[in-house]
Amino acid sequence: MAKITYKSFDGTTTIVDVPAGRSVMRGAVANGIAGILAECGGGATCGTCHVYIDEDNTVPLPPMLDLEDELLEVTASERKDNSRLGCQMPVSEDMDGLVVHMPERQL
Amino acid sequence: MDVGDVVVVGGGQAGFQVCVSLRDNGFTGKLTLVCGERVPPYQRPPLSKSFLYGDADLPFRPDDFYPQHRIDVVERSATGIDRIEHKVHLDDGRQLPYHRLVLATGAYPRLLNLPGSRLRGVTALRTLADAEILKGQLETSRRLVVIGGGFIGLEVAAAARKLDVPVTVIESLSRTMARAVSIQMSTHLTQEHGRQGTTVLVGRSVTAFDGDASGRVTKVVLDDGSRLEADLVVVGVGVAPDTELAAGAGLKVDNGVVVDEYLRTEDETIYAIGDCASYPSAHSGGQRVRLESVQNAVDHAHCAAANICGKPTRYTAVPWFWSDQYGIKLQIAGISTGCDQTVVAGDPEAGKFSVFCFRQGKLIAVESANKPADHVLARRLLAGDPDLTPQEVATPGFDLKARPKPPVG
Ligand SMILES: Cc1cc2nc3c(=O)[nH]c(=O)nc-3n(C[C@H](O)[C@H](O)[C@H](O)COP(=O)(O)OP(=O)(O)OC[C@H]3O[C@@H](n4cnc5c(N)ncnc54)[C@H](O)[C@@H]3O)c2cc1C
Ligand code: FES
Repeated sequence: MAKITYKSFDGTTTIVDVPAGRSVMRGAVANGIAGILAECGGGATCGTCHVYIDEDNTVPLPPMLDLEDELLEVTASERKDNSRLGCQMPVSEDMDGLVVHMPERQL
Repeated sequence: MDVGDVVVVGGGQAGFQVCVSLRDNGFTGKLTLVCGERVPPYQRPPLSKSFLYGDADLPFRPDDFYPQHRIDVVERSATGIDRIEHKVHLDDGRQLPYHRLVLATGAYPRLLNLPGSRLRGVTALRTLADAEILKGQLETSRRLVVIGGGFIGLEVAAAARKLDVPVTVIESLSRTMARAVSIQMSTHLTQEHGRQGTTVLVGRSVTAFDGDASGRVTKVVLDDGSRLEADLVVVGVGVAPDTELAAGAGLKVDNGVVVDEYLRTEDETIYAIGDCASYPSAHSGGQRVRLESVQNAVDHAHCAAANICGKPTRYTAVPWFWSDQYGIKLQIAGISTGCDQTVVAGDPEAGKFSVFCFRQGKLIAVESANKPADHVLARRLLAGDPDLTPQEVATPGFDLKARPKPPVG
């Protein structure tokens, strides 16, 4: 279990306990948090679970694979250095305290 | 705007989503979701994939989501619609009054009506209950035969190979996924099945099943008289739309419940969405289509919810679809019916490429294998008036990402 903070584009903050092994994307979708669409259900094929990792992040993040890197090039909101796909980040205990920001749009 | 009670029949992908979208659109009235499977809504795609060989997180939402959003989940079947009294009848005798009714009844697997097709071990795959049985049987199966080389059949074959179960796929047409993808893409996937140890027999059909004294399947009989050993048979020969309620209520049915571009039936208080709906598609030259995909269910739901909430919205979304087989992520954007020219771009050797499908020089669909960026861009292109020509795609070094990006949204 890790506490993940989701900050939506309009400023709403939601904190969720995400079980280890679930992705950052599932943590949002399962709790009905708007701003993450996840159209492909976590297959690293749609790019609609785009999030920005908080600028002051200190928690360790899983590595980025090629498919994720490729998809981030075509997301609807601008790719930044701190862009990630929520579905490609399985949550582990040591990610407790992670803060992610939702982009303006996913489509 | 409030329109009174909304009843949704069918708690699958489309029925679930229309409830969520109604609340997102500000609908505050009474909302009832009738779930004939008697379980809260869950996603089907993993049932032929990760669920069979590992874990899958299936429910769309935790159970408390529904009361929190005042969505009344009724685990019963609807047996009839009274269009004059505006009531849905349930199998427990209850009647649910509606101002607007959404039919999201989905589809059910076509069965084979052949000698022996009722033997134990011969099964189709649509619901969680089907998948649980199949998963249990796969654990001990020593020979699986899959009938039908479509998406579900091939995905089940891939899942079985992960569990090291020997598999033969039988397809009656001359190639796999013949109606859904280009010859290049179907060849690519079929070759991968071969590499992973699946036998794919094309141009062969099944005529009967043999069983043992206990009533369990032992062999599959083919049209050339040959017999294949099998202790488990998965029938994946397509689905038929569930139109029973609509037909019973006198609504027009023609390969699906007939709706207009607002997804409304001829009765303006009744909508039909998802796998059960036949609608005129802008991406098919205005021809009626009935699609079976998550995208179609979800986007239909968004559109119907907007219409119910008094925001007249035509359905124009670009169709797309995906399938996972072994390490191949196949994605399809658009509708390739009528395609008369295909151009391959990317690196087929490395398994990362897309097939661009044209009709009379106009881009109508793009199939991608492990090229998700092409897929995302293709969807945006197809949402507008694509200016991509076959010549451009055929230029050495062509890369969709290097073109000016099509507008989003
Ligand atoms: C194994 C499998 C794998 C799939 N994989 C993919 C994939 O990878 N990608 C993709 O895009 N699509 C995939 N699909 C297709 C996708 O799941 C369907 O297109 C989608 O579920 C359609 O949603 P729906 O709500 O229209 O129908 P359904 O999900 O079928 O839901 C209809 C529901 O209505 C209920 N119902 C029917 N009649 C009544 C009644 N009278 N009263 C009460 N309830 C009733 C049914 O029991 C059912 O629960 C897959 C489907 C299956 C079966
Ligand atoms: S959910 Fe589709 S890419 Fe993450």
